[in-house]
Amino acid sequence: MSLVLEVNKKQKGKDSWEEPFYLNMGPQHPSTHGVLRLFLELEGETIVNCDPIIGYLHRGIEKLAENLNYNQTIVLSDRLDYISSAANNVAFALAFEKLLRLEVPRRAKLIRTIVSEMARICSHLLWLATHALDIGAMTVFLYCFRDREWLLNIYERICGARLTHSYVRVGGVRRDFEPEVIEELYRFVEEFPKRITDYETLIDTNRIWLKRTKNIAVVSTEEAFNLGLTGPCLRGSGVSYDVRKFRPYDAYSEVEFEVPIGQNGDTYDRYRVRMIELRQSNWIIKQCLDRLSETEGEAVLAENSPDLLMPEKVREVSAQPHPKLGVMFKPKEKEIVPVGEAFASIESPKGELSVYVVSDGSSRPWRLRIRTPSFVHISAISHMTKGHMIADLVAIIGTLDIVLGDSDR
Amino acid sequence: MALYEELKTKFPEIVKEGFQEVDGEVVVCNREGFLDLITWLKQEKGFIHLIDLCGVDYLGYKPKTFEERFEVVYHVYNLDEKKLLRLKVRVPEEDPWQYSITSLWKEANWFERECFDMFGIVFKGHPDLRRVLMPEDWKGYPLRKDYPLFSEEEDWEPYKVLLEKYKRRG
Repeated sequence: MSLVLEVNKKQKGKDSWEEPFYLNMGPQHPSTHGVLRLFLELEGETIVNCDPIIGYLHRGIEKLAENLNYNQTIVLSDRLDYISSAANNVAFALAFEKLLRLEVPRRAKLIRTIVSEMARICSHLLWLATHALDIGAMTVFLYCFRDREWLLNIYERICGARLTHSYVRVGGVRRDFEPEVIEELYRFVEEFPKRITDYETLIDTNRIWLKRTKNIAVVSTEEAFNLGLTGPCLRGSGVSYDVRKFRPYDAYSEVEFEVPIGQNGDTYDRYRVRMIELRQSNWIIKQCLDRLSETEGEAVLAENSPDLLMPEKVREVSAQPHPKLGVMFKPKEKEIVPVGEAFASIESPKGELSVYVVSDGSSRPWRLRIRTPSFVHISAISHMTKGHMIADLVAIIGTLDIVLGDSDR
Repeated sequence: MALYEELKTKFPEIVKEGFQEVDGEVVVCNREGFLDLITWLKQEKGFIHLIDLCGVDYLGYKPKTFEERFEVVYHVYNLDEKKLLRLKVRVPEEDPWQYSITSLWKEANWFERECFDMFGIVFKGHPDLRRVLMPEDWKGYPLRKDYPLFSEEEDWEPYKVLLEKYKRRG
């Protein structure tokens, strides 16, 4: 049924367009950050009820992954949250390494940490740009995209791709950093904190910005756990829960960083949390770069990491050839991947991204479940918007930092 | 395995088995009485963060050791003790349903909707059980193992209707 018809049907039977007023926002609305459709029930300009409808970008990644081998699946992970694909690669690789009981070399761990923190900066810059644009600050948008471009160029130097990297492999990373990349990253790390100050001078104490963000969508600590918010949204409500600290992966256990938290749990606090996170990420990259020189020349891929072309089936040959029949094949197929299940979660820029994988011994995952932060955050929209104005709805979508590729899978 | 022992003594009829995996404890529960167990875990034991809820289809799984076809898997996390617990509830094919935990976590609302969408497992007590990712009029449950990977575009009824409409227009 077409969208207009659906709205009309709800209005039918009433004399005129009286309250409650039904309004359809999206899926092609520019400030819904993709193909998110919101079905609103309004009273005047106040939102009484909001029903988010997703699925317009559903590609069936979980089903596709069941028919690909483990290494091929990483390519699909790029298409989840396409703004920070390096972080998604890491989540997949971590789960598979747990399953295969692989130990990743230290240099690869450091490189992964750098790459995923770069992804965090990229994602937060894009968030700041679009969030500010939604609320009405145009200049920030241009500044942020300028700096994000710099990072994307570094990514291009690292692996040849700007958005969909597929740089991380099961058991390490695809190739080592070139010396030029490290130099460029050092330049970035030196310069970037000044840029953050630039953004802050533009909007931090801006009167319009404060009016649009203070006391909008306040979420208490209990409510945040109830709604399943993770990442900066949860930290804005005053909980210092960060997967990097609670279940450290890669090189996060050896670097120092702080977990910023907010106090009121409103949109402004979540903005502040992300701005501090930008600085922390920058600091983490710097520490990792210093440590990279210690591991110069080491391997970046574990020796027993699986081949890119994993065999579909391997049949075990009996050790002794049969005297008459020659070599005999045992009916049992050899396990390529140990039978069992593994669960890995990372602190992706948007929140907690977790991967749960069940293996049946073949080279393809039996079940690959991806818990994405955007999916949960979109479900929280209907609770957070109650009683707010339509104009604030745009600020709420912005503050949750959603990507529809991430939620629809 | 400390938590499994505790759960076993507290709820001997609900807890079936438990084992240690690479990343934490796994406890398999019965469907009946599951709500009591998870409520106790949340309110008394501090497992306040529900990380994930998903379904798994074990049709034709070779190393299978149980009869039921589906499994609903919960990942809950305790922030104070930094402990991850995986709860599993096995659901038979004949009557695929499970108790909803939306009264405990609002977050579970969409997870359960997705599980229903993909596996056809009905959640009793859910306030608004609709499909979430697939279109409302979709037939079949895509993540079941007997659902084909490839299909023709015309298999979806609304697409056929749309095609005919445009054919008539010429």
